Amino acid sequence: MSGLFAALSSAVAWLASVIDPLCGPIGIFRLFGSGTLLACDNAGWGDEISYGFMITATLAIATLPVGLVFGFFIALAKQSEEKSLRLASNIYTTIFRGLPELLTLFIVYYGLQILVQQFLASLGYEGPVEINAFVAGMIALGVVFSAYCSEVLLSAFKAIPRGQYEAGDALGFHRGKTMRLIILPQLVRIALPGLGNLWMALLKDTALVSVIGLPDILRQTGVAARVSKQAFEFFAVACLLFLILAMLSSIVFSALERWTKRSEVAR
Amino acid sequence: MSHAETMIPPQPAPPGIARPFTAQRLIGNIALGVWLAATVGLFLLMVDGWDPEKFAKYGPSFISGLGVTLGLVGASITLGALLSLPIAFARMSKNKILGWAAYAYVYFFRGTPLIAQLFLVYYGLGSFRPQMEAIGLWWFFREAWNCALLAFTLNTAAYQAEILRGAIQSVPRGQTEGAAALGLPPRIAFFKVILPQALIVALRPYGNEIILMIKGSAIVAIVTVFDLMGETRRAFSRTFDYQMYVWAAILYLIMVEILRNLWAWLEDRITRHLKR
Repeated sequence: MSGLFAALSSAVAWLASVIDPLCGPIGIFRLFGSGTLLACDNAGWGDEISYGFMITATLAIATLPVGLVFGFFIALAKQSEEKSLRLASNIYTTIFRGLPELLTLFIVYYGLQILVQQFLASLGYEGPVEINAFVAGMIALGVVFSAYCSEVLLSAFKAIPRGQYEAGDALGFHRGKTMRLIILPQLVRIALPGLGNLWMALLKDTALVSVIGLPDILRQTGVAARVSKQAFEFFAVACLLFLILAMLSSIVFSALERWTKRSEVAR
Repeated sequence: MSHAETMIPPQPAPPGIARPFTAQRLIGNIALGVWLAATVGLFLLMVDGWDPEKFAKYGPSFISGLGVTLGLVGASITLGALLSLPIAFARMSKNKILGWAAYAYVYFFRGTPLIAQLFLVYYGLGSFRPQMEAIGLWWFFREAWNCALLAFTLNTAAYQAEILRGAIQSVPRGQTEGAAALGLPPRIAFFKVILPQALIVALRPYGNEIILMIKGSAIVAIVTVFDLMGETRRAFSRTFDYQMYVWAAILYLIMVEILRNLWAWLEDRITRHLKR
């Protein structure tokens, strides 16, 4: 079993090294950065920054489905007829939309640490506990994302007329089938612009996780800046990398938007 | 032909429809229970760890941190509003170069994280110390607070320019044409006809921007400004007391909720002529 995992992880690492847009075989830093501070060898910081780029992208992509699914269920809870469910979900969004993301991150990071420590202490383990920064970042960002996402999805739900649900009933669909075949496709179409904005915000918020020690773009460039004493150049590189991520995602989102609206174009 | 001889005696009210105990209700009750447990747990944590000495020592610093946060946000929002005017007009102008430059500015500041911009200003510009001293600007960039103000102002100016542009462009063309037909000069038409209508549209996004700024300002704690977050981090690093973060969370929540309700009231007030 461990052999399989080792093989899998080395395969993933190999794949990542091949498609690495910065330090891969046809990476930007590899092609244009050799001999400069951004070279992909021990002389430059290209490989470190490229690793940070991967971490940032991975964190954002890993957080997205968690936040989306959670946000979807919270949006459902918000429009439920059950008062207690609505109240509980409104408390959730009020808290996590009102707190600064950085504070949420610290609360999750240190709170988890304390909780795990107490749990392990009750089991008889007394030792230092370190929470994985990636996991803490994923939880904190996912919670914030789901809070915003539930608002976007709720307003999208409200934009779908009642008749659509009734049509589902008339066709004899049960509730899950109505949701899957009738409501969700329209929901995605309506909510996509809002979700695109949230994705951009998520991408930018990943930079905060550098504060609790995750080696993302900002942390890696920060280390490089401190060692090489060329802070402006390295932080400018960090900003450019985030800009590249933003541009790539806006291309993807406009393609997605075109795809969801393909039925309207045909008319 | 028949008619009622007697009146129907008063009947008791029909029994209320029994609410079935659905799965939704169960989940809702569990979720509320979790919140209640969390509240009680935090409350107990605070009561348990209550220390008058700590309160006397760190209470005032929290208040001063709150002042720093509010001052920084207020100053950067105001300066950003001033700076956003020329950017918004440049973005709407017919001049290609001007429009492109404004678009690039807005894209850069909206596409990169605020924290990276802050680092770029504080550490990045700070590394040009000799040049700064030569032109006599070093006194400004020496202070982390000033750097944070600069970064936040530039950032919020980009967002506010987009808000303003969107709002001005949302006013129908007919309004401009109507003002022209009345013989109003373009300047007066803008300030008396277009802008008041645009500001109604812009009010809500402006409120959101201020809230985002309050939340975003927490990152100045990383560049050694002792705002609310900075004081919290300092207090936590000295006491390792988790409730410091809870206090900060409560203060931030109060700030945001006050602003949110104020904005709802304001919007209600300035759109009262639109309600039927």
